[in-house]
Amino acid sequence: MNHEEILKQLNAIFIDVIDDEEIRLTDDSTANDVDGWDSLTHIQLVVAVEKHFRIRFTSKEIQSWKNVGELMGNIDSKITV
Amino acid sequence: MQKFTDLRKNLKKDFSNLKKIKVAVLGDSATQFLVQALRGTGFEKSLDLQIWESDFNQIECQVLDPYSELHEFDPEIIIIFQSTHKLLAKYNKLAPAFQPSLASSQIALINTIFTTINAQQRAKIIYYNYPELDDSVFGNYASKIESSFLFQLRKLNYELMVFANEHSNFFLCDLSSIQNQAGKAYSFQSSIYINTEMVLSIDILPEVAKRTTDLIGAIAGNFKKCLILDLDNTLWGGIIGDDGLENIQVGSLGIGKAFTEFQYWIKKLKNRGIILAVCSKNTESVAKEPFENHPDMVLHLDDIAVFIANWENKADNIRQIQSILNIGFDSMVFLDDNPFERNMVRENIPGITVPELPEDPAEYLEFLYQQNLFETVSYSNEDAERTKQYQVEAKRNVLQKSFTNEGDFLQSLNMVSVVAPFNKFNSPRVAQLSQRSNQFNLRTVRYTEADIEAIILAQDIFSFTFTLTDKFGDNGMICVIILKKENEDTIFIDTWFMSCRVLKRGMENFVLNTIVDYANENGYAYLKGQYLPTPKNQMVENHYFHLGFKQSADYWVLKVKDYNQKQCFIKAT
Repeated sequence: MNHEEILKQLNAIFIDVIDDEEIRLTDDSTANDVDGWDSLTHIQLVVAVEKHFRIRFTSKEIQSWKNVGELMGNIDSKITV
Repeated sequence: MQKFTDLRKNLKKDFSNLKKIKVAVLGDSATQFLVQALRGTGFEKSLDLQIWESDFNQIECQVLDPYSELHEFDPEIIIIFQSTHKLLAKYNKLAPAFQPSLASSQIALINTIFTTINAQQRAKIIYYNYPELDDSVFGNYASKIESSFLFQLRKLNYELMVFANEHSNFFLCDLSSIQNQAGKAYSFQSSIYINTEMVLSIDILPEVAKRTTDLIGAIAGNFKKCLILDLDNTLWGGIIGDDGLENIQVGSLGIGKAFTEFQYWIKKLKNRGIILAVCSKNTESVAKEPFENHPDMVLHLDDIAVFIANWENKADNIRQIQSILNIGFDSMVFLDDNPFERNMVRENIPGITVPELPEDPAEYLEFLYQQNLFETVSYSNEDAERTKQYQVEAKRNVLQKSFTNEGDFLQSLNMVSVVAPFNKFNSPRVAQLSQRSNQFNLRTVRYTEADIEAIILAQDIFSFTFTLTDKFGDNGMICVIILKKENEDTIFIDTWFMSCRVLKRGMENFVLNTIVDYANENGYAYLKGQYLPTPKNQMVENHYFHLGFKQSADYWVLKVKDYNQKQCFIKAT
């Protein structure tokens, strides 16, 4: 799965969980850029991402990403293994 | 089952016409998601759960401090969630000598919490029991060793059931059973727990919220009373009209076993007090044949309160069942293997519950276990007698047709009523009727057993219960009156509810005669009543008018002196 495809799927997950059709993620997006992305929805997002890509993050990884790009890197490393 | 994300979306919807219930949630783990799931699930059940959530790990403070936010909030229901993980943390710190008393010291704590709330607040308590966690320190040997965590946890879950059995305002929500059904890997996610202190996975939240709101709904009076059954391929395999008695599948062989086990489940529901009805597209005599002549049938005709088999459409037939039983459509469940019939009934009968039975009859039972359709918050011996009473009612209907004069008919019934105040023997039944009566209920104030015990001791409150027996049988307790002294002259009818089984027998007249006598003997000049409308009690809108009360603002008043005893064919004993 290429970078663009992961971003597209991730964007759809964010729209569903945060319930906001306007969300447009980029590699540089952080929680500050997305309304409704707080520590609670973060957990929901993590679980939704895990389920969608059929992966599991470690408890350390869950708190490690600085932006969407890093999250995608983490996803990519797990689905290509 | 809906997903948590969908339940959260419900939070933005319009709750304004839903029934409001104030609920407090106190947990020793993070409960934010649980609260959202509860409110979102409440919306699905037409409940506006107004939830106050305590700060993390504040259970004892909130309960024991009489000036706490919890006390100020004054909830109707308090949900207390103490987690297995916190219990384990407690156990881990215990010196070995104290480990065998973990369960009893936890029960003592729960008892303190319960007793404190019960003494100061009206709230009922919902307590989650403990999902299993095996720390594997002893392996299988844990079951033989009293000090092991698993031993103590299971003992605690057992002791909680004993405690719930002894305290009428304390209800358990069976989280342990939910985890057993779903599996631990599904119910608990370690990474989320470590990061957030949440002990419930996002996947399990909708299930936990459903079970909890089932209980809240039942406390609020929403529960199922009747199960309506299709026959062919629902109660037995095959089609009786086509295949014949010898070829339908029921019994211990092959697929027949699925239907036999299914019938045993239905029989247990009937014995618990759920009314059974049959609604089948069949010729009546053919449909009844298996019940009468098949040796492997578990259900018999005397288990079925109303049996309708014809070629009319099922929605009309269910309306007829409703008119005989006189209960709301929302308290009925309809089971049918045929998707067409299910849709037809669902579309034409608002409120009725129609589960999407799986295609394979082998899966019926596990599917229905999962649905938890028959939640209840009370049980009494009279429940078991209910089917008989409805069958007797059907016979009475037949007799009534042969009398042209209503008075002659009522006279012929030889009706006798026993009038008694609340006491410790009848209070469970009073509480149960108070929860169940929706239609003939003037003010729909719900009383629990604990409330009733308080009324027995109260100075200015007077209670009456009425039974009704006739030549066909005993209806048991069918009417309850609670009078409250308002001042020296006036006594207020706080509660008047009656079972719809005994409509049109002149019971209202008998009851009014009785309470007017009481008012007279105790020197009251006025009886004052009130009608508070609900979606279900329209039938008593003009109750006081018909009985000769005069309207005065929102109330109805009867001058005791002017009252003439009404004609009535019921004798007091």
